[in-house]
Amino acid sequence: MRTGIAILTVVAFASVPLWLRDPYLMNALITTGIFIIGAMSLNLLLGFTGQLSLGHIAFFGIGAYVSALTSLGFDAGMPFGFRIVHEPWPPIVGFVLAIVIAGFCGYLVGLLSFRVRGAYFVIVTISFAEVVRLVALNWVELTQGPLALTNIPSITIGLPGLGDLTLRTKLQNYYLVLAVAVVAYVLISRLVHSHFGRAMRGLMENETLAVSVGIDVTKTLTLAAVISAGIAGAAGSLYAHYIRIIDPEVFAFINTVTMVIMVITGGKGSLAGPVVGGMIFGLLPVFLRPIMAPEAQWIAYGGVLIVILFVLPRGIVPSLAQRFTWRGSRAETVAPVAFSKRDAAKEHA
Amino acid sequence: MTAPAIALKVEQVAVRFGGLVALSDMNFTVGEGEIVSLIGPNGAGKTTAFNVVTGFLEPTHGAVSYRGTALNGLKPHQIADLGLIRTFQRTSVFRNDTVYDNLLVGLHRQGRVSLLEAILGLPRARSSQRRLKERASELVEWVGLERRAHDLAGSLSYGEQRLVGVALALAAEPSMLLLDEPVSGMNASETHTFVQLIRNIRNRGVTILLVEHDMPMVMSVSDRIVVLNYGRIIAEGQPDEIRNNPVVIEAYLGQGATRA
Repeated sequence: MRTGIAILTVVAFASVPLWLRDPYLMNALITTGIFIIGAMSLNLLLGFTGQLSLGHIAFFGIGAYVSALTSLGFDAGMPFGFRIVHEPWPPIVGFVLAIVIAGFCGYLVGLLSFRVRGAYFVIVTISFAEVVRLVALNWVELTQGPLALTNIPSITIGLPGLGDLTLRTKLQNYYLVLAVAVVAYVLISRLVHSHFGRAMRGLMENETLAVSVGIDVTKTLTLAAVISAGIAGAAGSLYAHYIRIIDPEVFAFINTVTMVIMVITGGKGSLAGPVVGGMIFGLLPVFLRPIMAPEAQWIAYGGVLIVILFVLPRGIVPSLAQRFTWRGSRAETVAPVAFSKRDAAKEHA
Repeated sequence: MTAPAIALKVEQVAVRFGGLVALSDMNFTVGEGEIVSLIGPNGAGKTTAFNVVTGFLEPTHGAVSYRGTALNGLKPHQIADLGLIRTFQRTSVFRNDTVYDNLLVGLHRQGRVSLLEAILGLPRARSSQRRLKERASELVEWVGLERRAHDLAGSLSYGEQRLVGVALALAAEPSMLLLDEPVSGMNASETHTFVQLIRNIRNRGVTILLVEHDMPMVMSVSDRIVVLNYGRIIAEGQPDEIRNNPVVIEAYLGQGATRA
């Protein structure tokens, strides 16, 4: 049933450009999609390992800058007197490098903080994002600082037999984002249903017990951080090549907060949660814009967030799933095989 | 009686927390396939000894080895990889997962496939998943919890949770199992069933080290007993010897008592 819903959702999203012609709404959907990919990556850490990355936008931003610089080329002095002159490479290479380098940063942050975890991880990630923002702001030779990197080329993909296709239009970018989102979703789904995912859940619930059955804490959490950061980097790369201009503001704390809100309202630890939460908070500005000033919109977000969490405390998706399929599990009189949400997920894994 | 090969060897282990001596100069061995119990009054250092053996606590002094491998400096999960698996007094289950899911987590050591295989859903990863699910069902049946398999572990009775804890440890395929007060809080009939379970586990070739307060249970199940008091070993021997050992009786009942 779950797979059915997932396929229907993808088909529904794929059909959107057929009836939606408004370029403003298409733009909103594309940026929302990019942020949903970011939120999905955050959910892998927050929802499945319980580690809150409050600097998650750093990986997104690093992906954006790496991808932009790879495709633009640069000529910048490095520490210790080196000088790197880089000729522009195709954006698709930038996309791959964005994933690799963001993932590597995830590895470093994980290595630094997962020996202690919890609050330390939160602090290390916040600091990391701030440091990266300052570097982007001040290393003007490389990043143009506040002047922003402009004229970032659109992604070009080589189609066998059809030649190269440069994704310039909104329609093309919409399908690109949708494709990457689907790949990211499937990847995360496979991961959390594998023994890696069970190790993560075990650690989140009872670390001592998990360790006693042979689960390696540092390795498991670092793996989650690397994959999470890599996916965030991919989202950042899509952002850079779609918006085609990036400045250090991409690292703003509020962007991390937006992703956290998407994950929490949608339901952390649920695969579909970030998609649902992301659609709500990604599209809310579109509907609020005609009636509210941007400052007032933030207040409205707060209101919506509070209402959702008040009515559905575990987030939209888990709360609804529980209401529909998990009704009997608490009563003592149920049939032996009380069907839980997780079993349902596993049936189709 | 020929002595079995030594599985676990604890040599001159001492643990101090600041000025407090939790264990001093502890020496004992457990042979392959033996059931050895560690007993002693509260605070004697039994759980500390467990924590040292399983790597949750680094000894201040001394060495522990399992089947010839020194355990000093190894992390708990590395020790688990050697086949030395423990249960806990209190934190014994993943409360928010079903019993069945608990066992799947416990099967971690059997389920290792590469990340790529898992993500791409390659045949090896799929068949491994299938095997794990079969194994989890077997284990659920083996401890007699098949009717509870799909209930949350946290919703089970105390005795049932203990069984889940043991099944979880068994899922990790131990060659030696360390049970920390497994029958505390169980009623007489549950304890009786549990003793049968321990014997069954041993009959599968698993060595067992047991920490327990329930004396009748310890006396009936153990091949050998090690008695701790104030962090030292005060007696060691077969159940009959321990039962009549005046030093042990004194430790448990104080001076003046003549009968246990």
